Amino acid sequence: MTGFEYAPAPESRAIVDLQPSYGLFIGGTFVEPIDGGSFKSINPASEEVLAEVAEAGPADVDRAVAAARTAYDEVWGPMSGRDRAKYLYRLARIIQERARELAVLESLDNGKPIRESRDVDIPLVAAHFFYYAGWADKLPHAGFGPSPRPLGVAGQIIPWNFPLLMLAWKIAPALAAGNTVVLKPAETTPLTALLFAEICQQADLPPGVVNIITGAGATGQALVTHAGVDKVAFTGSTEVGREIARAVAGTRKKVTLELGGKAANVIFDDAPIDQAVEGIVNGIFFNQGHVCCAGSRLLVQESVYDDVLSFLKRRMARLRVGDPLDKNTDIGAINSSAQLDRIRTLSDIGSSEGAERWSPPCELPDRGFWFAPTIFTGVTQAHRIAREEIFGPVLSVLTFRTPAEAVEKANNTPYGLSAGVWTEKGSRILWMADRLRAGVVWANTFNKFDPTSPFGGYKESGYGREGGRQGLEGYLDV
Amino acid sequence: MGNDLAAVTRSDAALRAFLHGLPGVDQVGAEQRAAMLGTRSIKTTAKAWAIDLAIRMVDLTTLEGSDTPGKVRALCAKGMRPDPADPSCPSVAAICIYPSMVPVAAEALAGSGVHIASVATAFPSGQAPLDVKLADTKAAVAAGADEIDMVINRGAFLAGRYLEVFEEIVAVKQACGAAHLKVILETGELATYDNVRRASWLAMLADSDFIKTSTGKVGVAATLPVTLVMLEAVRDFRALGGRQVGVKPAGGIRTSKDAIKYLVVVNETVGEDWLDPDWFRFGASTLLNDLLMQRTKLKTGVYSGPDYFTLD
Repeated sequence: MTGFEYAPAPESRAIVDLQPSYGLFIGGTFVEPIDGGSFKSINPASEEVLAEVAEAGPADVDRAVAAARTAYDEVWGPMSGRDRAKYLYRLARIIQERARELAVLESLDNGKPIRESRDVDIPLVAAHFFYYAGWADKLPHAGFGPSPRPLGVAGQIIPWNFPLLMLAWKIAPALAAGNTVVLKPAETTPLTALLFAEICQQADLPPGVVNIITGAGATGQALVTHAGVDKVAFTGSTEVGREIARAVAGTRKKVTLELGGKAANVIFDDAPIDQAVEGIVNGIFFNQGHVCCAGSRLLVQESVYDDVLSFLKRRMARLRVGDPLDKNTDIGAINSSAQLDRIRTLSDIGSSEGAERWSPPCELPDRGFWFAPTIFTGVTQAHRIAREEIFGPVLSVLTFRTPAEAVEKANNTPYGLSAGVWTEKGSRILWMADRLRAGVVWANTFNKFDPTSPFGGYKESGYGREGGRQGLEGYLDV
Repeated sequence: MGNDLAAVTRSDAALRAFLHGLPGVDQVGAEQRAAMLGTRSIKTTAKAWAIDLAIRMVDLTTLEGSDTPGKVRALCAKGMRPDPADPSCPSVAAICIYPSMVPVAAEALAGSGVHIASVATAFPSGQAPLDVKLADTKAAVAAGADEIDMVINRGAFLAGRYLEVFEEIVAVKQACGAAHLKVILETGELATYDNVRRASWLAMLADSDFIKTSTGKVGVAATLPVTLVMLEAVRDFRALGGRQVGVKPAGGIRTSKDAIKYLVVVNETVGEDWLDPDWFRFGASTLLNDLLMQRTKLKTGVYSGPDYFTLD
């Protein structure tokens, strides 16, 4: 051995007890779909089939919504907040107890590094349930009147980038407020949601309070347009978000949408450079860049551009790309071949539009879906890679000269989900935060999440807030 | 040293402007980075390699009022052959002692290749007149020390008298002659990472060969984020045309697990060039036995009790 080469340190997958096939979780039990369809969920790091999963048709959506309605009318709606809280605390505790199992399964199904599912995703999932459990008996103090009422049945559709975490963001506040839910996980990452269904059984959650139906776009559409659904919550692409908004327009349904982003990460010349570079890396390469609030547009003040770029390249050369279950992996697999195609297409457009492409030398595995961490320099506001959401480990680097120009460029996007500001000057952070049109502004950090903090978008990044006291509003009749 | 760098020490004003112009360190970010590197999982072959390297990097230390020639001789024997049962076990880098003990160590270590590091300059407080500090240093070198661990004048540093600190280090360096100079910043008393970065640069500009975190005599000794900030400083100093400078965390590093975390931070911050006893050291006393215990465990598959490793 010549240098310090880390030996493989794989997390064991023996802890996960995968069944060959899964039904739909309706009314507290797993049932076969009426229409009988199914699809496969694969491990994106190896293309191995993990399990066969039922595809819910319209009749199954009907059943699920009916189960949720019955549970709402007969059990969960009338139940006291204090009793609902007991169930939510119990769910949170079981999630903590089974954290390793959930983390391994999440990495298997999604492709994200075990370090992230273990240290970020699953702890945040438990934290969300704990946080909203605390609200269940305190709704009169949430600022929505003396006795806010739930909405009824919530239809929830979540994306594949943080499968279980997005489930928690949706289910925890809905149940705390007294609603029942029908949730559809993404078709490429349904497995942790199905394990969560088992956790609901383990917690003795009354049947029908949580229903998990698996399927693709058609299943989601059937759920959104179902007449028995009182509330629609969606996290995913702006394109699908628009369709959902159109589909529910003119109905009684309340909607929250958390959509795409093209966040600016703004580096001023007085930034703490080593931590700023960490923030840039964390902003775009965390979760392979499959993050709606990813810092995908780097705005660097011209006077420090050379330093920041050379620091960033040196740091990127240290990123460890490979087996998601290896505890030392920094960047895992791209979630699907379709997403990989999209990342490749947009990156090729970046090159053909004249931006300069750079990746550190890195060996990618032969099987599975992989994309090396990539930066584009010489990008201008007119480039497509500076405007469109790539949703992959691809960073566009732009420059600015003055704070006003930074604000102008940061805001010059149809999106407005998040932004980052790096400077040692406190007053400049506040000045920027006042002017940035983004739901979250991170100061000297990036991609920090906390259940107590509301999260959501401006402009085409969606509407409604999730997390915090504000996150209850979307599930209350106010 | 490049001319540009030499220029910043020509006056108090220039030195102050330079040190205050260094990029800041964000505390939350630095600690988060160090914590993340602390989660690296080092197993099997990598662990064996790291443990042997860590043994070779130990400055085996005794700095007590109760030190005697007998104690120091025992420590020297331990440093030369840490595991008497296994001749493949490497020696430590150096024995670190008070100046009065240097003659004893010089005799015990003669021809072994193990360095003799002596603390000097009124260690650990540094609160003595300059001529006393220089005499302390010269005496240690004359007695056979080939490495001097000095303390900076923290009082002067915290009062902003940077040039005074600088000139003192320069004077001690001259008094060292051919001996290597390690400059102890006592980071626990500097309190902020910004100060750690500034003090690191100050010591490097003054021609130190190593920068060292702590005396081990105050409450807060070496930490992973402090070492990270110091490693960033030596990396940037070399990139700007300065020499390569070594780093020595000291105090509070007691387990193999801890030592390996430091080596991971070295590896992923400054890289292979510093993964060598010439450029990275651990100031420690109890660490060595844990390294030996883990080394034996890796080789034999079983843990031996602490009684199987010598207490010196």
